[in-house]
Amino acid sequence: MPPTSPSRRHLLASMIAASSGLALSPLLAAAPPAPLLTRAIPSSGEQLPVIGLGSWITFNVGRDPQGRRETVDVMRQFFAGGGRLVDSSPMYGSAQDVIGEAVQALKPARLFSADKVWVSGGARGVAQVEASRKLWRVPRFDLLQVHNLLSWEEHLPLLLAMKREGRLRYVGITTSEGRRHAEIEKIMASQPIDFVQISYNALDRDVEQRILPLARERKIGVIVNRPFRQGDLTQALAGKPLPGWGADIGCTTWAQALLKFIVSHPAVTCAIPATSSVAHVRENLLAGTGRMPDEALRKRIAQDVERLA
Amino acid sequence: MSEWWTYSLSDFLMFSSRSYYRLIESYNAAIWPAHLLALVAGIIVIGAIARPRQQMQRVAALVLAAAWGWVAWAYQLERYAEINTAAPYFAAAFAVQALLLCGLAYRPRNTAPAPQRVALGMIALPIFAYPLLALVRDGGTWRQTEVFGIAPDPTVVATLGVLLAWRAPAIFWLIPVLWCLVSGATLMELKIGHAWLLPALALTAVLARVVRSKKPRDLNSTANFRS
Repeated sequence: MPPTSPSRRHLLASMIAASSGLALSPLLAAAPPAPLLTRAIPSSGEQLPVIGLGSWITFNVGRDPQGRRETVDVMRQFFAGGGRLVDSSPMYGSAQDVIGEAVQALKPARLFSADKVWVSGGARGVAQVEASRKLWRVPRFDLLQVHNLLSWEEHLPLLLAMKREGRLRYVGITTSEGRRHAEIEKIMASQPIDFVQISYNALDRDVEQRILPLARERKIGVIVNRPFRQGDLTQALAGKPLPGWGADIGCTTWAQALLKFIVSHPAVTCAIPATSSVAHVRENLLAGTGRMPDEALRKRIAQDVERLA
Repeated sequence: MSEWWTYSLSDFLMFSSRSYYRLIESYNAAIWPAHLLALVAGIIVIGAIARPRQQMQRVAALVLAAAWGWVAWAYQLERYAEINTAAPYFAAAFAVQALLLCGLAYRPRNTAPAPQRVALGMIALPIFAYPLLALVRDGGTWRQTEVFGIAPDPTVVATLGVLLAWRAPAIFWLIPVLWCLVSGATLMELKIGHAWLLPALALTAVLARVVRSKKPRDLNSTANFRS
């Protein structure tokens, strides 16, 4: 995420003040925290909060003790705010181990662990999944996805077999930045997968044409990565006032509006913004509460973002 | 991975500038006061260039080889690999360059004229000025300074200066120049202000080498004509 814009800073300052019991208006003080909205995983009906937590770049802090402490704080805030799904990959450097350390420290009761297999050749996939599980310090993964479709023909049968044997709950595939969508569609149409992970935001909307409708039709959950284009989108919008519709859906920042745009799509199960900031986790979780934009407003948000970004 | 053309540099950057500079900071803290030894080593290298003799060349090349070997192991493999999955490959490349420099130590000295001032500048800059970059970078502190013989970038730039002074053959240039491109691209993606510096220094060294390599050939051809 980019540096906080003035309006974002104002919101965050308000939240910090609120959490410390300072400067609360009587009305705000009386208001209970809004619940984090959930969506059903289409293949099972299990409810999942619409805001998850990504770990690309942000959790790759190596052995840095300060970075690891900050990650624990981020995950503590995420779970305290009702979040469940944490997503990582063997491709993300030290992120899996950093998450594992936080899981060990926090012992979250409702963690939904989502990881990936990312290695050429099926035989090495088994060893990689086990290595990843040990790094996460979890008895089993909830969701394993074939990362960027690498060797998917070999990995998918392995993951589906693990699911049948009860060693895994859900199976998925991933892509990012709009790559290999034709192949993604082919797999979605032919394989019994539970999730597809794709990039989607107010500017990158190709998936609205075929992938999101196909996900609904095939009852496949959708996880959305890069909701802010890795920070470029929020940076491009920084300093530009949020249009009047922001207040209608309870948004005070562009980051919230961008997230609401994504999770209000009926095919989307959850978005996974990545951050190393506790304040941003709070802000992201707020985007999963309250009113969501309807179809007409979603179109307008997309138009405004296209115009301003 | 297919569709390589759809990938940009940012797709390969897997860490933040904060993690990167904290890694350098903790590395510096762990090996201090080795930096003082590195400074002495740097001065030896400058001395070898300022007073070109076969024995001094040997000492300087071995000092550089030791620096590359150290960076391969202590930085690339032991630390950078924590946040960059490509670091073990970088470590291997640095180890190869260390071996090449050992070989260079025992090659006969090339006595052909070289751009001595440019070379000396390229060696002095990373040894004395490069550490100061940490202080001018946004959010940087002296704890994050990059020192010759300890961190890869100043070590590579000083090596380019030495290779230039000795008119070393192209094989010795390959890894240092590639590193300048890789590191420059990394810093550019991290949005570091001096990201251009490393590729620019590599280009300067290569151009100086190419220009100089043409001049002696012209002189030789004239001499041959006269004989």
